[in-house]
Amino acid sequence: MSWVFFTEQFLNGFQLGILLFLLAAGLTLVFGIMDLVNLAHGSLYMMGAFFCAQFYDWTDSFLFAIVLAVPATFLLGILVEVVTLRTLYTRNHLDQVLATFGLILIFNEIVLLVWPLEGLSMPVPTYLLGSVNLLFGIEYPIYRLLIILVGLAVAVALYFLVGRTRMGMLIRAGASNRRMLGALGIDVKRLYTLVFGLGALLAGLGGMMMAPILSASSGMGESVLILAFVVIVIGGIGSIRGAFIGAIIAGVIDTMGRSFLDVFLLLFLPANAAEAAGPALSSMLIYVLMAAVLTFRPQGLFPAKTG
Amino acid sequence: MKSKIILLATAAAMMAGPALAAEKIKIGFVTTLSKGPVVIGKDMQNSVELALDHIGRKMAGKDVEVVYGDDKFNPQDGKQETERLLQRDKVDIIAGYIWSNVLLASWPVARDAGKIMISSNAGPSQLAGKGCHKNFFNISWQNDQTPMALGELLNRQGVKSLYIIAPNYAAGKNMVSGVERTFKGKVVGKDMTKWPAQKEWAAELTKVKAANPEGVFVFYPGGHGPAFVKEFTLAGLNGKIPLYSVYTLDSISLPLFQKANMNGVMGTVMTQQWVPDLDNEQNKRFVADFKKKHGKYPSFYGSQAYDTIFFIKDAVEAVNGDMSNIDGLRARMQDTQFKSVRGKFKMGANHFPVQDFWSRKVVADADGNWTTSAGEVVLKDHQDVYAKDCKM
Amino acid sequence: MGELASLRTPRGIFATVILGLCAFMPVLAPALDEPFYITVFARIMIWAIAAVSLNLILGYGGMVSFGHACYLGIGGYVVGIMAFHGVTNGFIQWPLALLASGLAALVFGAICLRTRGVYFIMITLAFAQMIYYLSISVEKYGSDDGLTIDFRSEFGGLIDLEERTVIYYVIFFCLVGSLYLVHRVVNSRFGMVVRGSKSNDARMHAIGHPTYRYRLACFVIAGMICGLAGILQANLEKFVSPDMMYWPRSGELIFMVVLGGMGTLFGPVAGALVFLLLADTLSGFTEHWHIIFGPFLILVVLFVHGGIDGLLGRREAAGG
Repeated sequence: MSWVFFTEQFLNGFQLGILLFLLAAGLTLVFGIMDLVNLAHGSLYMMGAFFCAQFYDWTDSFLFAIVLAVPATFLLGILVEVVTLRTLYTRNHLDQVLATFGLILIFNEIVLLVWPLEGLSMPVPTYLLGSVNLLFGIEYPIYRLLIILVGLAVAVALYFLVGRTRMGMLIRAGASNRRMLGALGIDVKRLYTLVFGLGALLAGLGGMMMAPILSASSGMGESVLILAFVVIVIGGIGSIRGAFIGAIIAGVIDTMGRSFLDVFLLLFLPANAAEAAGPALSSMLIYVLMAAVLTFRPQGLFPAKTG
Repeated sequence: MKSKIILLATAAAMMAGPALAAEKIKIGFVTTLSKGPVVIGKDMQNSVELALDHIGRKMAGKDVEVVYGDDKFNPQDGKQETERLLQRDKVDIIAGYIWSNVLLASWPVARDAGKIMISSNAGPSQLAGKGCHKNFFNISWQNDQTPMALGELLNRQGVKSLYIIAPNYAAGKNMVSGVERTFKGKVVGKDMTKWPAQKEWAAELTKVKAANPEGVFVFYPGGHGPAFVKEFTLAGLNGKIPLYSVYTLDSISLPLFQKANMNGVMGTVMTQQWVPDLDNEQNKRFVADFKKKHGKYPSFYGSQAYDTIFFIKDAVEAVNGDMSNIDGLRARMQDTQFKSVRGKFKMGANHFPVQDFWSRKVVADADGNWTTSAGEVVLKDHQDVYAKDCKM
Repeated sequence: MGELASLRTPRGIFATVILGLCAFMPVLAPALDEPFYITVFARIMIWAIAAVSLNLILGYGGMVSFGHACYLGIGGYVVGIMAFHGVTNGFIQWPLALLASGLAALVFGAICLRTRGVYFIMITLAFAQMIYYLSISVEKYGSDDGLTIDFRSEFGGLIDLEERTVIYYVIFFCLVGSLYLVHRVVNSRFGMVVRGSKSNDARMHAIGHPTYRYRLACFVIAGMICGLAGILQANLEKFVSPDMMYWPRSGELIFMVVLGGMGTLFGPVAGALVFLLLADTLSGFTEHWHIIFGPFLILVVLFVHGGIDGLLGRREAAGG
């Protein structure tokens, strides 16, 4: 087992982590700032994928499809916020869970009604096919590299938005004291709507990046949603930095488990026992990780300051 | 939905004249219609409806009515639908069932009611061997058979080393053990992935690259198939290592492949008991009319659903439409004479088919649509390995 | 005590009607020529027991467990696995199944209860998912194909569960028993502390109550009642499968409790009844029933405070 193999697997894990980050970032923003548990976040990811595939169908260009799908998911997010979620901010988490579960059902059904039952697929653009030679003979698929770059760009942009801009300042202020903002004459309602739209955009972007690989299909958001929740809980709710680190840890651990656990188990288990235990353990790994983190740090790795 | 309206209409008719209603032949059909892979359930429903059109909605001169049950992709709901169809709708025969777990949960209901159940897709080993029963018939295949045919195909193609990737659940394990049973080369690596949550294979494909086998075997039904093959392409393995699969490239996923310009899957081979271009009258009519009506090829699920109706018709006509004659129905089903879209069809002693398995290859048809085309017969008159444990 | 004593309030009448409906279903259903509904109601009552147990920790204790269905699975699988090995004696099966679900709740609860809020929700999910993937991985017990149970639990000829009416009333009495147990627990001094710690844990702790231990005990009781529901489900369906404890099942249990009215005795029963019957009825009308069910859930949340229980009028302050 060469270190080239090891590095490639690490990159795979990193890429998975980046994808999880795109989902977790929006979730943690909405959660941390508006105190809203949004189960329909996975549906926005799904809608991003469908928009991307549909726009590709019309324009025949991946780039145009993204350029159109990004504002589309942003607007969809705003629509959802204004029509239903706005009234839920003052409710308890369980009411939010129930209502946003209702949204999941609606979105899944709309997708089945509007698009073909088998879903929508689109090609990976030819200029993104193939691999590039990174240093020392590591061959890595261009498309996966692109996902990493997009994710990193989003992370940097969010860091600046939250840390360095006026809107970011309002976001942080709103998270710690909602009433104060209102008293200062800030339109909190509009701020929240914008933040929710931003979260939807990020989830949608994750869906758009995956649309060429996975093809868009009804219900694709649910399993991803659970992973995104795992990530923000590991990282600490409300913290962008926590979401980023939590996502990378989860992605890398999951991938490393799938890559090395079978070999590792062979060291102290007979072959057939290792073969049975390996897949079971690697399926559970991410949950074991979360349980372990919360056992020792009940607030996650980077708890955001509570107001 | 349509059938529900018909049902209401017939309910009204029943009140008008009970004698007339008794003349009806009622078939229950449980499939997945509102949750999960609805596309499979719909394909089966469309095929059943087509079969009914083709027989003029009559068997032995009596009207036939099919009542559908929706398993909602989970065993408990599937069982409840089975109870509803048997106890409330009072169907004479119950058929359908895509998933092994739904079938295994539902079968005791039919058994205890003394009714005949026909599985149109799921073929778990539990019901083929020791758990076989006189009233249970399977009209598709036993889970192990198709991958066994694939293992044999690999031998014929001279593949010496194989890497296996499949989901870590019962059907996935059956597929793997099936291939391993007949494949004579060496299995150089095996990954069982989380199901259904995992749709990302970067780690596994990097391992494949490192192992550099002569072939890769996968089993990913439904939406996972296209995703896997696409990542296989992304990893640069397409064209370098041949991909072999079962139940992964079918009429449901091929249009998705075509839309995504995945020319790499052209020429990929797999094995199956049915191929859309099998040369017999029954199949030609089925495929042509399905395409005319729905604008796409039927899937193997559909072909089995279509066969189910003709299989039942054959038995019903043997007893002259007397549905209370369970013994007569069963006897004829054991020795069925129906015309299958597979060409010949024979029921084995354990009530699972004894049949040929074909190699099939992805091609473009005359109109440029992607489909699969039949090659050679890989396993001839093949019976599953559990049949010997069946004592009826 | 209010709920049991004042049977003439809308709430009392509602509870009586629901329990009465359950009690007389084996007579009612055949009379209406719909015997199919006997099993449907048996199934609903089992979900109601599970929802009642979740309500104990969620509604009264403020512990939102998103992994509660895992005790349903543990209880069911103990029965299934023992039957698989030929042990069909209910006097052995049932106590062991209860013990197993209680032990699991003790271990998971001891770790989970160190966390709060959403962290608690997610860590309970984590443990349930571990058990779920474990059950999928064990090929001997059927993996995700599930495990068929040939014979229901035997009680030495005292009770014959194979009889449809008998198993129905066993389930019914388990439901009534669970309701009574929860009622007693909630109104005991112990229950007061648990309820108090829902709103202010620090104060309860400060006045000298070992709130962690109390909450853990409550968590274990809920786990065991849910394990009982699992035992009953395994017996009714004669089948167990990992699907019983997949996370959407835990989610559905939460919906039943919230829909019915959190922290009310009969709320979860009403919630289970409405949730399951509505899904069943709607899906009978159209395959696209989610397009009706989804908005229904949202409207209930937006316009009905306190779930179905909230529809029955305002609760008197400080009742209980």
